[in-house]
Amino acid sequence: MTVAVASPTSSTTARFSPRWLSDRLGGLVLHVVVIGLTVAWMVPTIGLLITSFRQSADISNSGWWTALSPPFKFTLDNYSQMFAASNLGQSLFNSFMISIPATIIPVTLAAFAAYAFAWMKFPGRDWIFLALVGLLAVPLQLTFIPVTTEFVKLGLTPQHLTAIGLPPFIPLWLAHAGYGLPFSIYLLSNFFRALPSDLFESAEIDGAGTLTVFFRIVLPLSVPAIASLVIFQFLWVWNDLLVALIYVGGVATVAPVTVTLVNLVGSYGQNYQLLTAAAFFSMIVPLVVFLSLQRYFVRGILAGSVKG
Amino acid sequence: MASVTYDHVVKRYTADLTVVKDFNVEIKDKEFMVLVGPSGCGKSTALRMLAGLEAISEGEIRIGDRVVNNVAAKDRDIAMVFQSYALYPHMSVYDNMAFPLQMQHMKKDDIDKRVKNASRILGLDNFLKRKPRALSGGQRQRVALGRAIVRSPKVFLLDEPLSNLDAKLRGQTRIELQKLHRDLQTTFIYVTHDQVEAMTMGDRIAIMNAGILQQVGTPGDIYDHPANLFVAGFIGSPTMNFVPATVDNGTAKASGLEVKLPKPVSAAKGTLGFRPEAVTDRVVEGGPTMKMKVDVVERLGSDQFLYGQVGADQVTARVDPRMSVQPGDTVQLGLDTRGLHFFDAETEKALI
Repeated sequence: MTVAVASPTSSTTARFSPRWLSDRLGGLVLHVVVIGLTVAWMVPTIGLLITSFRQSADISNSGWWTALSPPFKFTLDNYSQMFAASNLGQSLFNSFMISIPATIIPVTLAAFAAYAFAWMKFPGRDWIFLALVGLLAVPLQLTFIPVTTEFVKLGLTPQHLTAIGLPPFIPLWLAHAGYGLPFSIYLLSNFFRALPSDLFESAEIDGAGTLTVFFRIVLPLSVPAIASLVIFQFLWVWNDLLVALIYVGGVATVAPVTVTLVNLVGSYGQNYQLLTAAAFFSMIVPLVVFLSLQRYFVRGILAGSVKG
Repeated sequence: MASVTYDHVVKRYTADLTVVKDFNVEIKDKEFMVLVGPSGCGKSTALRMLAGLEAISEGEIRIGDRVVNNVAAKDRDIAMVFQSYALYPHMSVYDNMAFPLQMQHMKKDDIDKRVKNASRILGLDNFLKRKPRALSGGQRQRVALGRAIVRSPKVFLLDEPLSNLDAKLRGQTRIELQKLHRDLQTTFIYVTHDQVEAMTMGDRIAIMNAGILQQVGTPGDIYDHPANLFVAGFIGSPTMNFVPATVDNGTAKASGLEVKLPKPVSAAKGTLGFRPEAVTDRVVEGGPTMKMKVDVVERLGSDQFLYGQVGADQVTARVDPRMSVQPGDTVQLGLDTRGLHFFDAETEKALI
């Protein structure tokens, strides 16, 4: 018997074994899928970017990919026209005036509420939480008419607020806070709940009251969760067109960037090329926000608190 | 520095879920008391009621002369070391230890003095600026101790503080903890499921099972005079031999063993108990003997344990390490009747 039979090796990394092959193939498939998805996701954005640097005549005559081959005919016309045509400075200011409070208010409220839902005992806690989660399923559009009616009744319209000397953005702050709260509370309370209970008990014995525990232990440990929530909420408010259009509608002095940009395009879709430039311009702020906060996305900030 | 009294303490979660039943213990001032028992026996709950982390359903807990049932955890003048250490991960070692003092609004200088003092005792001087995640398991454990020490509490509560350490470190820390107890001259209450920790560290041990206190006593007392079958089986390694026996005219008869009981018992049936070290290769003239069919031989260098059958019963013997025995041999062994126990068949209480 001199026939050598390949004996199955116990090593999982043995070359050319079925296991090795499937590992390799699995890795390969994963990479192809991930890269493919990324490319598919980026193609429209890249197309938009290239289009924004093309002349309007070319845009309507040929696809954006033709611009990638010589002769190159890029231009900044769209950008200069866009700046000339719109009052971008005012709307940028408005966007910040809307987005920053409309981020801070719901995130702050949500943090307090989430702490209560996660770590305090009060009657009906689970039912209230359930109702709150249920609110996640309510379509935004359903709320427009009743909320607008109430806002008008209460005098929360840009015109009236300006007349009495209050910021005209209040209706948007309230609306965005309301729309953002259910998700924010849900996300944060899940995060808080995952904090080890030993920390809370230890703090209790150490003599820390509820507020001390919240500010000195819960908040510092929740920076990653809060940072991601801030990014979500800020991007949602910044990119929002519908809510702004409904509650502060036609008032140009209050309109955020999104509303102004939409108005660049005429009713028949003319000046479409300006929108490409405008879209890229309006992406700058969200990009800065994301890139500056993303380092807080580090996991494992809890490492070392419990267990050896 | 204070005594602690559990007076008919009950912990009930629902009408039919009672985890601590009529618990009565008096822990003396400066005593090192160990609460020991299998997991789920209620020992941690008993400790947490004292800490103020669980409400007391019935009865009273007193620290010194003060009833603490309705005193908030922070006002009980206790400090607790958690199994998980529960260090604040975002604070440095220094801040972790300073935290309880800051909560008492102590002056910065005094806080500094106390933290420095505790870190010197525990050898943490060089780590004060580090975050817990940059420490080893043993160092984290010491930070947790430090956080308790700085408060100079009346009572130290330790909830399985060693179970996250590796075996070698556990042995070391055991000794350090005893030293610490001696230096601090404070009452320690220590919860563990490990009978070795209980035996080596406790001034006294309280053994619990299924929410009921089984026995309180010094380690030697509990080892030599277990109150019932559970205690006898829980304490000691290898465990005590248990052999079912009938009693006839002062003599206990088991399947492979007959022994005259040192004092008369009222029961006719029960369990004969004797520790492995009572079964030896020294056969005393006229004393009880047994024939063991050896299944397993364990040589530990200083000891040699034989596991085998005596009649129909499983018995462990500790014999001279020089005795040459092979599995399958049948050996003649003697029984030292000084360490003989007899447990009632019904109540499982020790009669001898």
